[in-house]
Amino acid sequence: MPGASVFTQQFEVRGRDFANAGRASTAIKEILKEIGIPPATVRRAAIAAYEAEMNVVLYARKGTVELQVSPREIRLLVRDEGDGIPDIELAMQEGYSTASEEIREMGFGAGMGLPNIRKNADEFRIESVVGQGTELDIRIRL
Amino acid sequence: MGDDLRSVRVNPERCRGRMSCMRACPTEAIRIRQGRAVILEDRCIDCGECVRACPNSAIQPLTGSFTDFARFKYTIALPSPAIYGQFRRDILPGTILRALTRIGFDEACDLTWATEAVSVAIDEFLADYRGPLPLISPFCPAVVRLVQARFPALVDQLVPIDSPMEIAAREIKNRKARELGLPMDEIGVIYLTPCPAKIVAVEYPPRKRASYLDGAIAISDIYQPLLAAVSREAEQPADAEAVKGLGLGWPVLGGQAACLRTEDTLAVGGLRDVARILEDVENGKLGELQYLECHACPQGCCSGPLTVENPYFARSKILHLVDRYGRQPGCSREEIQRLYRLGYFSLPGRFSPQPFPPLDAEISRAIEKRARMKEILETLPHIDCGACGAPTCHSFAEDVVQGRAVIEDCVVLAAEHARRNRHTALA
Repeated sequence: MPGASVFTQQFEVRGRDFANAGRASTAIKEILKEIGIPPATVRRAAIAAYEAEMNVVLYARKGTVELQVSPREIRLLVRDEGDGIPDIELAMQEGYSTASEEIREMGFGAGMGLPNIRKNADEFRIESVVGQGTELDIRIRL
Repeated sequence: MGDDLRSVRVNPERCRGRMSCMRACPTEAIRIRQGRAVILEDRCIDCGECVRACPNSAIQPLTGSFTDFARFKYTIALPSPAIYGQFRRDILPGTILRALTRIGFDEACDLTWATEAVSVAIDEFLADYRGPLPLISPFCPAVVRLVQARFPALVDQLVPIDSPMEIAAREIKNRKARELGLPMDEIGVIYLTPCPAKIVAVEYPPRKRASYLDGAIAISDIYQPLLAAVSREAEQPADAEAVKGLGLGWPVLGGQAACLRTEDTLAVGGLRDVARILEDVENGKLGELQYLECHACPQGCCSGPLTVENPYFARSKILHLVDRYGRQPGCSREEIQRLYRLGYFSLPGRFSPQPFPPLDAEISRAIEKRARMKEILETLPHIDCGACGAPTCHSFAEDVVQGRAVIEDCVVLAAEHARRNRHTALA
């Protein structure tokens, strides 16, 4: 029954937890390699997962990254509880960032996160409610 | 992959199944079966950490010995410059080279000039390169295998320049064939190696092109006779200028980077730290660096698993030599630049991705197996005790899914099970 097999795993991400930032995307990358996803596709998924995970660490209180793998696609569902994004169109522009000085000093917040995710995804949907949080739906076809 | 086990083998007579190798292996390539270590060939990257770890010296490198090279009319030892770190401070490279001719080689040649020449070639390559950064050093064969297997998306960032040992062997063999009037196949050039990974590079060169090296002998295997010969030779004055140039520093961590013109370099030693850095590169980070020098061994080649001296001693000895003889150029930059343009240093073709085998060749079956692995993992204790014969609970779950182990092999689960049964029996 091809198509029936799906792998799902959810990873918790804590805001401001810089010591563990990147763990979820590293685990996701390992799983994709174990399944035998082609290297170039793994790299695209890894960059998208890493940027999405860092967005939660940098801007939200907490969140989850859910990985779904089927023979047709890789899907990353990222949900966070945080301030949300008031103007998504603006946030999608390269170089636009609301990062604080502190975050920029750590080398983050260059305004490339969301554009990078879009660049590496085949389908990308983003929804945000100010004061509540943000949801990303990232799909990469296999 | 799929070749016979290439760099090391387990001697079943000596193996006591004590698991040190299994725990030391950075790619989880070792299992304990029926009380003996077994190496999973398609996960082995030839780093030699198991050789270093075994308390019974049961894991042996597949190096050659003198008798293997009796077929040559003329034998030349080409020692890794790591050998210069293996003797007291006052022992100069010239003395070590001379001592090698007293223990059975017709001649011994230094290859330090080739490390410096290759550094100049890297400078030239970097100047014209416009692809993704950082470039990754390709001179530690275990690191190359790690990149091919675990970071296949990064293979094009390995610098496509040939290794100093190959460049030196080619040069020496051609020259000697002319000088001695012998055909090339009657001249044996034998590499004295600090690690098993380089044996593989000699026996199975990348992309299967022919190597100019005819075999490898472990530095540790010739150390006893060499030490005696070195002590005798040390009484004669040595040519202090015999080996010179910044290339002397190549066997220590950071030594390659120090030879380059760019300062945007980073040197990393030890496979776990190398893997961590490559992880960052794969995540699109570290692009501000030009050159990433990576060694499987923590202190670089001077601390290889087939060396003898304490790695810190070896490192300090090499740095001492760099201090004293590093300032004079080991080769002419203009000449190397000319040769570089002629393709003298180019590696033919590219490094190919060779990922570790996936759970299944068929993707939907691989997904199902990974889902089962996750279910199994959730029941396991996650203490990575190794008592089942696999190094981690993760690798055990994989073994179960692949039919190489059964869940009953988990002694922690079995103990819990027994305890529960006892309680029910008592109740």
